[in-house]
Amino acid sequence: MVDPNSKAIVAAEERAAKQRFNEAEKIYGRGKAASSKNVRDKKLRATLKTQEEKQKQAILRAKDAEILLEHEAGFLEPEAELERTYKVRQDEIKDSVGIEAAKKGFELRLNDFGPYRADYTRNGRDLLLAGRKGHVATMDWRDGKLGCELQLNETVRDARWLHNNQYFAVAQKKHVYIYDHQGVELHCLSKHLEPLFLEFLPYHFLLASAAMSGYLKYTDTSTGQMVAELPTRLGRPTALCQNPSNAILHTGHQNGAVTLWSPNSQTNLVKAQVHSGPVRSLAIDRLGRYMVSTGQDQKMNIWDIRMFKEVHSYSCYQPGASVAISDRGLTAVGWGTQVSVWRGLFDAAQADQGKVQSPYMAWGGDGQRIENMRWCPYEDLLGVTHDQGFASLIVPGAGEPNFDSLEANPYENTQQRQEAEVHSLLTKLQPDMISLDPNVIGRLDTIKDQKIRDEKDLDRRPEEEQMDKIKNRGRGRNSALRKYLRKKGKGNVIDEKRLKAEAMRKEHADRRKDQLQRERNDLGPALGRFAKKDN
Amino acid sequence: MKIKALSRPTASQQAPGSATVRQSRNLDPAQHPFERAREYTRALNAVKMERMFAAPFLGQMGDGHVDGVYSMAKDPGSLERFASGSGDGVVKVWDLPTRNEVFQTQAHEGIVKGMCWTQDRKLLSCASDKTIKLWDPYHSTSEAPPAASWLGSSAFTSVSQHYTQPAFAAASSQISIYDLSRSSSSPSQTLHWPTSVDTITSLAFNPSETSVLGSTALDRSVILYDLRTSSPVHKMVLKLASNKICFNMMEPMNFAVANEDHNVYLFDMRKTDRALNVLKDHVAAVMDVEFSPTGEELVTASYDRTVRLWSRSKGASLDIYFGKRQQRVFSAMFTPDNSYVLSGSDDGNVRLWRAKASDRSGIKSARQRSKLEYDQALIKRYSHMPEIRRIKRQRHVPKSIKKAGEIKREELAAIKRREENVRKHTSKKDLKPRQSEREKMILAREQ
Repeated sequence: MVDPNSKAIVAAEERAAKQRFNEAEKIYGRGKAASSKNVRDKKLRATLKTQEEKQKQAILRAKDAEILLEHEAGFLEPEAELERTYKVRQDEIKDSVGIEAAKKGFELRLNDFGPYRADYTRNGRDLLLAGRKGHVATMDWRDGKLGCELQLNETVRDARWLHNNQYFAVAQKKHVYIYDHQGVELHCLSKHLEPLFLEFLPYHFLLASAAMSGYLKYTDTSTGQMVAELPTRLGRPTALCQNPSNAILHTGHQNGAVTLWSPNSQTNLVKAQVHSGPVRSLAIDRLGRYMVSTGQDQKMNIWDIRMFKEVHSYSCYQPGASVAISDRGLTAVGWGTQVSVWRGLFDAAQADQGKVQSPYMAWGGDGQRIENMRWCPYEDLLGVTHDQGFASLIVPGAGEPNFDSLEANPYENTQQRQEAEVHSLLTKLQPDMISLDPNVIGRLDTIKDQKIRDEKDLDRRPEEEQMDKIKNRGRGRNSALRKYLRKKGKGNVIDEKRLKAEAMRKEHADRRKDQLQRERNDLGPALGRFAKKDN
Repeated sequence: MKIKALSRPTASQQAPGSATVRQSRNLDPAQHPFERAREYTRALNAVKMERMFAAPFLGQMGDGHVDGVYSMAKDPGSLERFASGSGDGVVKVWDLPTRNEVFQTQAHEGIVKGMCWTQDRKLLSCASDKTIKLWDPYHSTSEAPPAASWLGSSAFTSVSQHYTQPAFAAASSQISIYDLSRSSSSPSQTLHWPTSVDTITSLAFNPSETSVLGSTALDRSVILYDLRTSSPVHKMVLKLASNKICFNMMEPMNFAVANEDHNVYLFDMRKTDRALNVLKDHVAAVMDVEFSPTGEELVTASYDRTVRLWSRSKGASLDIYFGKRQQRVFSAMFTPDNSYVLSGSDDGNVRLWRAKASDRSGIKSARQRSKLEYDQALIKRYSHMPEIRRIKRQRHVPKSIKKAGEIKREELAAIKRREENVRKHTSKKDLKPRQSEREKMILAREQ
């Protein structure tokens, strides 16, 4: 007979509850809890406590809501010892998955206007293809329905969907143009001169282009205004990508540097030397923690962008032309005619274990030069464009299985799309909110608060008086002055107080020197050497 | 090799032949970037919407009065009826839902200075013609003679009904307690501070300690009396005279005093050495103050032609109500359901305002309600952000009030600067400790 109230059982339950909370906090936590122990105000303390309790409940409930997630991620697992996942071919995958899933893998032969670039909409439903020689097409790839097809008779360097499948931007020979879903030219952004790459920040409604002249330009697509024009001053950029977690743009350059840009600063925020040759391509994972870059120096480097430190470096047989990271962290690299997909690059970095040695999947080698790759959101698909068309590859385990229909809904109908557009315009973020730390908004400025409070206090003593605390006594080993100058905590900070202390010290030294000299003179030339140095 | 690829049949999201679409959620923070920034933007939208929908003025009562409205009283037993008295001696009783008058009478010869309802729902009015009259608006027609009347020796300024006994107090230069059941009798008790001779401007019974009575007088004093010992208990002299005293119905030990120095002071009856709070925003004398039925908010009427709403715990006003034709406001009060504010002003109109400017009283759907609650929560959460605070506080006030506010601010700053300069050049021995803003106005206290 076990007593249900026995201490051991209670302790075990508590431990289980704590463990459950810790697990939930890892995913759904929003940072450290605010401590209410040192708060003197009773009311504030109670408020803080209830708030923390609410936060805790919210985390646990979010964890409980996981039971409602209905889809599981795909996988590709070897059953026998000698099986290798990278040996699995597309036709083998198509044979072993259901018909619905198998239909998603397809190829398009577009020999005449390549090489192509591709882009999926945010919900992964529509595909945009843009051939270098001016062929632009949109399609609902699931139904195989063509949206519009354009022959621009002009060089096309990049193409991007805007916030939904109604508009897309194309970087053409001289300018950036915006077309609607029927292919009607709506706008010509004539300030974006000779654009090379395009990037769209969906929450800020900003279309950014990197131009041949080295300029990075931002246009607000909801108002049409030019938001920022930033000179990179490093020549023609070679790659452009956005950090999806904080909307910072990363630009790759000819000299192997990667610079970070926000529209609020005319100079780059960070500059990192990532490669020893020109950067070829960049990609950042969805949480904004790791950057993968490929360069002409035949390297693929994985960087931790929280610490700006290289985590791993891989050598390639050929320079990687394109790199892309899926929602679940699969990294696809296109080099020459080959595509390899890597898994666990970032997990390995997190766990601090060795490098991942072999890729997860491979494709290609059929003489088609890889131009560009995109992961289809919420699907196990990799869209690969090459000089002879487009291939949609099935890569099990790549896509996020459970979408949030308030964020991006692959199955949305017209009304939902319209509503989502209105809502996203209502919560459009201002360009000046872009910063390296996306959570800086709403944070209390405690330094300013303290300053205001100090200024309000009419009885405060001015700083001059505080400086007089350093006693004007220079004698002895441990005088306050020496102690102050010796103290390490202040490091290199040179402020008024320190300057004054140093001046005081110098004065003391001079005075002592004078004193010594006088004493020597008093004692005369023979006895002068016995003058006391320290007194 | 074990292989599984993601596959979601469209039918699982939308059943064939149906128009309803399933909404799936995933709360993983990785799927919701810019969480904080988006929430802040929503808060910004919410606070802007709140200001957009702010339309406090609802209308006025009937045709108002011919002369200014100097006193008002609400029937504590009803959500609908309240009375207003004007300068020409007319008393009117109004019906709130229809906004029409239901009873009116030429009650007095002089200004109707004070009114209150009795427990049996009759109306007491007192005026400067030295009379107090009792009316029965529920059971008599307009212009009916009063049910009872009392004659005093000097002009009456205020009247207040005892909360449990059939007695009422009336103020002139002293406080007289009359028996309600004995018409035209002489007062059963008289109370006054031994040394004071000036006119008492307002008085109020305490709702909980029913025999305690508070009064304000022209000699700048705020006095508390006790009927059981029939003597004054406590006197406090402020820097300027007070116009009105009002007890908090929910925390009956606290009372508010509307002062001539543009401020309202909240006091604790048990500890009067410092105010609980000082409400500063008016730019002219405060004529009337009243607590809301919840005890959390206050409404004040001022000589600067505005009505302001306050929170008990905040120093600055929550909202300001004014109208183009609104003159000096002499009385303001909450309706008993806490959702409307009434004001009576010198122009003779009785105005009806919303207690929450952006609130709408129509029936709301559950979605609408939850949205409003969410918006309020957002505004509260980001209320420390300067942009949100600015939008929340910004009001387009009439030019005269804005100008007066600026001048007042400048004057106060000058006084403060002068004081600081004096302090700066005073030797430390003679330096008096700085006085808190909450105790500055108390000149003397006597037991």
